[in-house]
Amino acid sequence: MPPNELDRLVARRWRVGATLTAVMVIAYFGFILLVAFDKETTGTLIAGDRVSIGIVLGAALIILAPILIAIYVRWANRTYDPAIQALRDKRGKQ
Amino acid sequence: MSASSLGEPNAIAIACFIGFVAITLVITYWAARRTRTTGEFFAAGGNVSALQNGFALAGDYMSAASFLGIAGLVAKDGFDGLIYSIGFLVGWPLITFLIAEPLRNLGTFTFVDVVAFRLRQRPVRIAAAISTLAVVTFYLIAQMVGAGNLVHLMFGLDYTLAIIIVGSVMLLYVLFGGMIATTWVQIIKAGLLLLGATLLAIMVLAKFGFNPLTLFARVRDQYGAAQMAPGKMVADPIDAVSLGIALMLGTAGLPHILMRFYTVRDAKTARRSVAYATSLIGWFYLVTFVLGFGAAVLVGKKAIVGVDKGGNMAAPLLAEVLGGTPFLGFISAVAFATILAVVAGLTLSGAAALAHDLWGHVVREGKVREAEQMRVARVATVILAIVAIVLGLLFKGQNVAFMVGLAFAIAASANFPALLMSMTWRKFTTMGAMASMLTGTLTSLVLIVLSPTVWVDLFKNAEPIIKMKNPGIISVPLAFIVGIVVSLAKPERAAVDGFIAAQDRMHLGPR
Repeated sequence: MPPNELDRLVARRWRVGATLTAVMVIAYFGFILLVAFDKETTGTLIAGDRVSIGIVLGAALIILAPILIAIYVRWANRTYDPAIQALRDKRGKQ
Repeated sequence: MSASSLGEPNAIAIACFIGFVAITLVITYWAARRTRTTGEFFAAGGNVSALQNGFALAGDYMSAASFLGIAGLVAKDGFDGLIYSIGFLVGWPLITFLIAEPLRNLGTFTFVDVVAFRLRQRPVRIAAAISTLAVVTFYLIAQMVGAGNLVHLMFGLDYTLAIIIVGSVMLLYVLFGGMIATTWVQIIKAGLLLLGATLLAIMVLAKFGFNPLTLFARVRDQYGAAQMAPGKMVADPIDAVSLGIALMLGTAGLPHILMRFYTVRDAKTARRSVAYATSLIGWFYLVTFVLGFGAAVLVGKKAIVGVDKGGNMAAPLLAEVLGGTPFLGFISAVAFATILAVVAGLTLSGAAALAHDLWGHVVREGKVREAEQMRVARVATVILAIVAIVLGLLFKGQNVAFMVGLAFAIAASANFPALLMSMTWRKFTTMGAMASMLTGTLTSLVLIVLSPTVWVDLFKNAEPIIKMKNPGIISVPLAFIVGIVVSLAKPERAAVDGFIAAQDRMHLGPR
């Protein structure tokens, strides 16, 4: 097998992982910075003055985490695992 | 509201708790007969399914601090309490994307297996054992003291007796049933905790026409809009970011959590198990929002703080208001079971650091007989249980809430950077890993001791030496920088050469 096939696959996995990590990190620290620097916006009431923006964003972050994971698991199951399996089979034959 | 029966012996609570202990001890007996090898003792023989491990991970992670503490914080301080629960969740995606799969493929019992894979074993194992034991010890102190206080508050039972009960039952689980028993204890506990919290939340929402917005509107009417806005906890933006770093990266560096990935068959199962775990934990935190705000409205802040200044009794009091003494009993028993399970998980990971990392790889240099390793593991378990009980008694009456933060800070600074660099960076060296881990541990410790939490609140000095309460923003980058600089300063040929083999195994799996 070409020596760099695994390297390419690995690089792709780290890229996908790093991208999704970046989304989580930016969303979370964006939230923290908003909370810390703009308390007014965070505390603004919406939905008929019943709930604050901060609480809605907080709940959204909690829902975002498993959604990002679901995206990754789907990618890994559909794309990454078969590619790794193909590599394993190739190596097994040699 | 009528006077609470909290703190009086509660027949239902005692019955539920005895039931939980009885069932888990039967499981321990069953598990003990399946625990003969170190692979079974530390990793349940790798036979745990994705869903089971998802529940077990959630069980290990959802401590009484997150159930009682966060519900209480939300009831007392409103929005500020949410900041913690969000922080506790956002580390899980990072575990999925960066750590779970390579960890499963590369290691056997501890995360150190991964860091040390292509490096010189002894220095790396020693440094990592120090950070692991530091994390485990601080976390254990917080849990034990919490257990003593809780049981005293809820059942009126003596503090000392509570500590000894928790320590002894946990010892039975780990000593005889190893990881198999501990995993089942976590699964049952996570199931009960999610069930109890969800039932309670449904009862709260039933009072508000099943519309959370109506609940929030009541919070606004009763306490003003400020209850749903950031308060004093985020007074300092740098501190808020620093706390965020420690919570996020600390989750991804907790030894007892990382250890769980070795209990499943392969990397794919590890990946699926984090997905389950994150959904369960996320669900749980959404539920605690409802419990916290529900308690503020239905129990009242004054009544909650009247029972316990920290607000920790918000959820139990809410249970009593909504479901009477029997439901209070059930929730109290669940809280006690929660502590018991977390303590067991921590002890097992401490035992792995002592028996596998220190004895197996440092003292015996990797050449240790199976029977001897098992003996050492069991001795280590007994020692840790005794240490946990003694520390629990020693820290009686102290405010130890900061120790969970300290455990997270060390995990984030000492474990996460070394783990990440060892998996992704070819030029990472033995000395780099050692320096990074020791820097992370020491910086976190020193910064917290000099901070207001310890220097002022605990040591009673007038002024803190450092104003910052959370070390993460300094200690984590420093651990990365030290690791990189030391590695670049003195390259290690063998470590670079070993990277290809490590990468093969990290992605293709052990073969």
